[in-house]
Amino acid sequence: MAAETDTLVRFIEVQKSYDGETLVVKNLNLDVARGEFLTMLGPSGSGKTTCLMMLAGFEPATHGEITLDGVPINNVPPHKRDIGMVFQNYALFPHMTVAENLAFPLQVRKIKKPEIESRVNRALDMVQLGGFGGRRPAQLSGGQQQRVAVARALVFDPALVLMDEPLGALDKQLREQMQYEIKHIHENLGVTVVYVTHDQSEALTMSNRVAVFNDGVIQQLASPDDLYERPENAFVAQFIGENNTLNGTVREIDGDICTVELDDGAMVEALKVNVNAVGDRSQMSLRPERVEVDPPEGKYPNVFEGKVEELIYLGDHIRTRASVCGHDDFIVKVPNAAGHVHLKEGEAVEFGWMMEDCRALNA
Amino acid sequence: MALLHHATMGQRVWYYIFRLICTAIFLFLILPILVILPLSFNASDFFTFTQEMLALDPAGYSLKHYQDFFTNSDWQHALANSARIAPMATLMATTFGTLAAIGLSQSYMPARSAVMAILISPMIVPLIISAAGMYFFYSRIGMQGTYWGVVLAHAALGTPFVIITVTATLVGFDKSLVRAAANLGADPVRTFFKVQMPLILPGVISGALFAFITSFDEVVVVLFVGSASQKTLPWQMFTGLREQISPTILAVATVLVAISIALLTTLELLRRRSERLRGMSPG
Repeated sequence: MAAETDTLVRFIEVQKSYDGETLVVKNLNLDVARGEFLTMLGPSGSGKTTCLMMLAGFEPATHGEITLDGVPINNVPPHKRDIGMVFQNYALFPHMTVAENLAFPLQVRKIKKPEIESRVNRALDMVQLGGFGGRRPAQLSGGQQQRVAVARALVFDPALVLMDEPLGALDKQLREQMQYEIKHIHENLGVTVVYVTHDQSEALTMSNRVAVFNDGVIQQLASPDDLYERPENAFVAQFIGENNTLNGTVREIDGDICTVELDDGAMVEALKVNVNAVGDRSQMSLRPERVEVDPPEGKYPNVFEGKVEELIYLGDHIRTRASVCGHDDFIVKVPNAAGHVHLKEGEAVEFGWMMEDCRALNA
Repeated sequence: MALLHHATMGQRVWYYIFRLICTAIFLFLILPILVILPLSFNASDFFTFTQEMLALDPAGYSLKHYQDFFTNSDWQHALANSARIAPMATLMATTFGTLAAIGLSQSYMPARSAVMAILISPMIVPLIISAAGMYFFYSRIGMQGTYWGVVLAHAALGTPFVIITVTATLVGFDKSLVRAAANLGADPVRTFFKVQMPLILPGVISGALFAFITSFDEVVVVLFVGSASQKTLPWQMFTGLREQISPTILAVATVLVAISIALLTTLELLRRRSERLRGMSPG
């Protein structure tokens, strides 16, 4: 039974259709553990926001069941769900001061005045806005409004907080700072967070687990490092991080290792992920930072000659575009470390990588 | 729109013609009202400027028409009736109009434009048609010639104004605020009074103002639907014009203009205040 109580939210075979014809969410099964920071990541139209709206109660599920703490909530109206939410546009009440905004959920719950005051102050301190209680939302900067929205979603101590792309409107620097702040608030309070974003670096930074959505289906549900290093299919490999794609046909399978013949005839040894049989088409995924330029002889099973096409200086690394094995968009990240190789455009060099870093996925 | 240094000859000519046209339109609208104001202080019993008045002789002016308005029982009766009918009609029009506008703004509302057209129709249908229709309908159900009959008729005339102004305000209303309120635990009724209502208040106030003026100025419908005991100010003015052309009418008109200006000013200040509370303008 321990496993039962550790699950806070459960989607059971949930489907959603707005027009009765096309399914926006197709047969979703997902468990969110208590205290977890789970991110729903995907391109727009992938169904992630719809899932969040169903959980908040703003959209009914067409089919299936959603449970919160073991209780089905399909027929519970949003105002009785006791779930906190941070909206994309913050949705702060413009006619109330910051303190009144925070007091609103507490007044609704008929909490006594002195306690409301102390909880509002504590929540404001938590987001480093102590002393801002008397201001109106319009008098705050975007980042401050965002903090108020986070504080308001947490002030009534909900077990679950939903966040719908809350950092989308902030500039890059502020966004990164807020990512850490939200992550720390989550760690300190132990609250369960379901977070929706289309920004993969945000998902990787903040989450315990990430559910990658595409086309109404969870493509992979894994921890950030698994997702990045062990993508299970071509969509996840493409969507998370930068990625070199090599297309070919499987010629030989030996346990976990398969040999793939590229379209230009080169043979590559790769890790067999989800290709099944010899003769299958495969799309291999290789991270640009896992490729070594001019490797020592015999270090890698995969070594190919290529020509440097373009060099872009990016400070900590040099982004190198080369033509390798018939692909002229082969990207290699050469670290700007002491004594690194100095390449020149047009130069012919060797590129090598390990079998494990080249993942053969179904095409 | 200042004249630019690089304006061509044509632009310069148009610049002055434009100002001339604007002034002409303004005078056309305001002069008939402005003429009435001094005439209401006329010492004679006619609608004309006397020699004394034109010479600015104090003997040519008097407050006797005002005195007549405030002492004559016919006028006082009419004033009392208007003061009883207009606020009640305004209250009903504002309540129903606001609720209708909110309902019509919901995305799941079926036949939205048809319902809207029906609710707006009192504004479009010639008043005399509405009045005749109401007369026959109210006679059948025994409401012709009653206080509530006139109030209901005026509420029906005022509702479209409220619907239009509130609908316009709702366009700028962020619907995620309603979701946020629900998410924070507020039931729909509380959400309406604490979140939605304060934010659409400027539209509600403007609509209420129009509804009030509609009822306060209305003469056609009340002639049909009302009876002698619901004789309102416009009705009394209409009768006065037909039967005895007394400058008291001008005094009443001046008083009404003053009331309208006071009302508009108050409401505009209220509207600005609530607009500031919405955080829409700096304050």
